[in-house]
Amino acid sequence: MNTADISERKDVVQEIRDRFGDGIMAQQPARDGIPTVWVANDRVKDVLKYLKHETAGPYRMLYDLTAIDERFREMRQGQPDSTFTLVYHLLSHERNSDVRIKVPLTGESPRAGSITDIWQAANWYEREVWDMFGIHFDGHPELRRILLPLTWTGHPLRKDHPARATDMGPFSLPDDKAKREEDALRYSPDGVKDVMLLNMGPHHPGTHGLLRMILELDGEQIVNATPEIGFHHRGAEKMGERQSWHTYIPYTDRVDYLAGPLNNFPYVLAVETLAGIEVPDRAKVIRIMVAELFRISNHLVYYGTFSQDVGTMSPVFFMFNDRERVFHIIEAICGGRMHPEWFRIGGVAQDLPKGWDGLVRDFISSMPRRLKEYDGLVLKNRIFKGRTRGVGVLTVDEAIDRGVTGPNLRACGLEWDLRKKRPYSGYDQFAFDVPTMPDGDCYSRAVIRVEEMRQSLKIIEQCLKHMPDGPYKSDHPLATPPRKDRILCDIETLIHHFLSVSWGPVIPAGEAAFGTEGAKGNNTYYLISDGGAMSYRTRIRTPSFPHLQVVPFLTRGLMLSDLIAILGSIDYVLADVDR
Amino acid sequence: MTVNLSSFIMPLAILLILLIVSAWLIWLERRLLALWQDRYGPNRVGPFGLAQVIADMIKMLTKEDWVPPFADRAVFVISPAITMVTILSAFAIVSFAPGISVASLNIDLLFFISMIALNAYSPVLAGWSSGNRYSLLGALRATAQMVSYEVFMGLSLMGVVALTGSFNILDIVEAQRPLWFCIPQFFGLVVFVIAGIALTHRIPFDLPEAENELVAGYHTEYSGLKFGMFFVGEYLNVILISSLITTFFFGGWLGPVLPPLAWFIIKTFVFICGFILLRASLPRPRYDRLMALGWKIMLPLAILNLVVTGSIILASGY
Repeated sequence: MNTADISERKDVVQEIRDRFGDGIMAQQPARDGIPTVWVANDRVKDVLKYLKHETAGPYRMLYDLTAIDERFREMRQGQPDSTFTLVYHLLSHERNSDVRIKVPLTGESPRAGSITDIWQAANWYEREVWDMFGIHFDGHPELRRILLPLTWTGHPLRKDHPARATDMGPFSLPDDKAKREEDALRYSPDGVKDVMLLNMGPHHPGTHGLLRMILELDGEQIVNATPEIGFHHRGAEKMGERQSWHTYIPYTDRVDYLAGPLNNFPYVLAVETLAGIEVPDRAKVIRIMVAELFRISNHLVYYGTFSQDVGTMSPVFFMFNDRERVFHIIEAICGGRMHPEWFRIGGVAQDLPKGWDGLVRDFISSMPRRLKEYDGLVLKNRIFKGRTRGVGVLTVDEAIDRGVTGPNLRACGLEWDLRKKRPYSGYDQFAFDVPTMPDGDCYSRAVIRVEEMRQSLKIIEQCLKHMPDGPYKSDHPLATPPRKDRILCDIETLIHHFLSVSWGPVIPAGEAAFGTEGAKGNNTYYLISDGGAMSYRTRIRTPSFPHLQVVPFLTRGLMLSDLIAILGSIDYVLADVDR
Repeated sequence: MTVNLSSFIMPLAILLILLIVSAWLIWLERRLLALWQDRYGPNRVGPFGLAQVIADMIKMLTKEDWVPPFADRAVFVISPAITMVTILSAFAIVSFAPGISVASLNIDLLFFISMIALNAYSPVLAGWSSGNRYSLLGALRATAQMVSYEVFMGLSLMGVVALTGSFNILDIVEAQRPLWFCIPQFFGLVVFVIAGIALTHRIPFDLPEAENELVAGYHTEYSGLKFGMFFVGEYLNVILISSLITTFFFGGWLGPVLPPLAWFIIKTFVFICGFILLRASLPRPRYDRLMALGWKIMLPLAILNLVVTGSIILASGY
């Protein structure tokens, strides 16, 4: 954060205070420096409208919307009374800054006003909050469960909901229950006539995982598409509340399962922000190198499966072979492949092995040639262009309004890359470009990713040339597991290490969100510590969730084949959507 | 007596050989694709994985012969047979070498076109009778695609007929002694090949069974032997179109040194490999663009080709 940002941030709080003096209940210091303002429930819509439409340098993106169950939280001095707190996280591209609006709610089944009329993107977020916390949104067009089965009872992210299967009694699925579950999945749109309903998924070769698209078709033309998600929901956020800060790292790998350590990144950075850990340079560069290797790996899968979606059979094999070459390096460095669980609080798990540089050098010297070959095979193919150009067009304004980030936003022409805009972990020390495309169609989205692979290769090359010496993990007492060189010298260090390994580190109370440039877009972990060995609330803001929400908007009026091209082009992973 | 005997043995032999070859073509395709895609392909069962086909056949034959309860049973069962019967009948006119053919009619070419036309019923009925919406969409695509591509498939061959002055295959091949028709009938060749691929439902014309969109298109509900018939039918179709490209445009069995049958097999094999290579390299266009290509480019091209051929023949005073 530079000083200009901080002065700007004071401005936004002052601005809100000046305008809505009585509605502002408190200002809360947050560890991440994001201005956090408590606003009364009846004034929040005005505040949000003001921030979106009226202020200079408007906050045009609803970056995240979530809630906190405050009923069991102890360390919340200075915050207004609340049983459940709604958290609106807004992002302004013009100011390059965020603002967090918190709304205290009272009672066991609280109600709030829906903001779907301000942001379309709020639709799914509010459904998720209803599903997870049981907060009712008045004025929401279709407030029903989104991640959990429609037949579920209870709201899982409430603290009193059981967190483990063993708390819930043995599972059984008698016929009548199975029937009930199946009936709940029936879809009958009201007032729609003369359309053919086509149930695409949850098992379908074109949906890339457990996604159900309910299509209303007129011939092959899509009248309406309704995505049904939640088939891949694993309660990742709930698990964060009963894993230690350290043992949660492997779970993050599996959220966007194609980009392992790119998920570790925002999580460990958020924990380090809470704990105030400064990471040594070598660890930073190792993190960047592993992360960029995984960005390439993710984009290779994207490239291959996208071309497969429009019918080319071969590229996916070439690209998976290349991905195997990436995994070969990852195996040598980390031991794991897809999910190396390599980042640690305060650094990385181990130092680089002997000979890592040779492997990386081989890869970055051979990859550009192959990427060029793939250009000829996929991007320059005329049928491919015919299928993807001008299909699924998204303008910058629509994209921002709907929460689109990452490569999909850059494909609309906005140069917005957190690695450049808010450099973390030393990305400001690297020379690389942020590619953009003006069109915002499926073709642009593919081109952006191919170009990003080239930029990632550039970054990896710089890591290779300038890998700093020094420790791979911080000396900070909360770095986990601690470096061991001094534990046998004095008893204090030994005790600390023992506790931090057996209980896990105790992270100071506070709140921090950290956003990074993930493979698919901006990935943010919003962590709340109540001063314990476990997180009080772990919120994962994934890019795929809003991206998938855009699909119906993109496909209306197009053909069935275009839907497949669009689904392939936006690059989502269902685990990243459902968490 | 010998004539009578050979008129029984010849068709039987050709039928058996065709079925066997088309089954092993599946192996060939899988191996070739694997070769081009940097992987192994089936290489475990028997030498070079050759026995994979036998294993697959055993699996297919021993599978439960399942008809979905929501399907129109009679039509559902008949449809895969239609594809086999029509394609195998179309082979009757193919002349593999002088004397090696099932029948030689004076309307060879028309017979082929009519059989291909009947073949269009198979995916339509299969998709319709399955009672599945993916199948139905596949059937719709198949109908539109086959009906429109048949039109100019027939037209593309008329240039060949005009140059030969006959519909008979033997005459057509003999007429190519001085010059293969691939040169004077180059545009006819292009149109015929493209229409041929469309009739085989292979990439880039595999829209009726586009996996990523329609699961398996019109044969989504089929399994076991009935699916096998569609599957083998596709490969039979590939052989049929390849052998006809050879016959109509590349001089059939004509060629120096080697025996005629060898020439025919070599030429056909090259085109079969071409089909497989296409599958390895091309994406699938959108359905409406495919139709536009057919009606707006291929049909005028075929007509133009016929008109130009006709005028040249008239002008040179045949």
